[in-house]
Amino acid sequence: MAKKLKFDSVNVGDEIPRFVVEGVTRPDFVRYAGASGDFVPLHYDQTFVEAAGIPTVFAQGMFTAGLLSKALTDWAGIGNVRNFKVRFATRVWPGDLVACTGKVTGKREQNGEKIVEGELIVSNQKGEAAIRGSFRAAAA
Amino acid sequence: MADKSIVGRTGKPFKMPIEWSKVREFARAIKDPNPLYLDPEAAKKELGGIPVPVTFLQTSAFWTDESSSPGFGGFDLRRILHGEQEFELLKPIFVGDVLTGVSKIADVMEKEGGRGGKMTLLVSETEYTNQRGEKVAIARSTLIETGQAVKA
Repeated sequence: MAKKLKFDSVNVGDEIPRFVVEGVTRPDFVRYAGASGDFVPLHYDQTFVEAAGIPTVFAQGMFTAGLLSKALTDWAGIGNVRNFKVRFATRVWPGDLVACTGKVTGKREQNGEKIVEGELIVSNQKGEAAIRGSFRAAAA
Repeated sequence: MADKSIVGRTGKPFKMPIEWSKVREFARAIKDPNPLYLDPEAAKKELGGIPVPVTFLQTSAFWTDESSSPGFGGFDLRRILHGEQEFELLKPIFVGDVLTGVSKIADVMEKEGGRGGKMTLLVSETEYTNQRGEKVAIARSTLIETGQAVKA
């Protein structure tokens, strides 16, 4: 039986256990480019970014969002996420710490399913938000 | 240049087979070593198939081309930022499924921005249907065209 949140034991204000990557790297961005098919050169081509007046390459927003989705599915179980939404705020640079977490803001029934909803956040070592987001997940 | 006339425009449907090697590679790229992506037996026992990560539909980039894009009507791709991304996951997607995606322009808006001057927001939506004709997901993407190139 698949892992699912227990609706009755989840409370508003509960935090999603933090998933922290101590320092993201250029190879992380290259690996994500290859895995996702996002070959925008801003994320791996130093010559290109310098010509654009940017000091160095930075993470694909969806790479960071992927790390955040792992934090969410580790907690809510794979197969239970019904909605995942992210808004990109600050760029993530090589060497940045990336901390992914979130918290429960509501519980309700929708289309015969028990749903837990909440907000998501990715922050860097300075405490700035790189991503703000929201989720809905099915519970048992 | 918020050209509302492009709202509703759709691209040609595209096929997206869900392949295990791509799922594994993607899970690794997002640093998720969950055995459900890596061990088919465990995944079948627990979920009935090998699942895909929440943001896996981003890999549709491998299956789309110019004809499947609804067209970004005069948007300057050098000034584009990815502002928001949303996935509505309506039914399970498993390795072995063959999805059909159709992309459309859902909205175009103009907004006063900060760093880059006036911004144009473009919302595109891709709806995915599986081989049984079930609607499985909607991916919604907001792109921002800034008034000038955005510096770091």
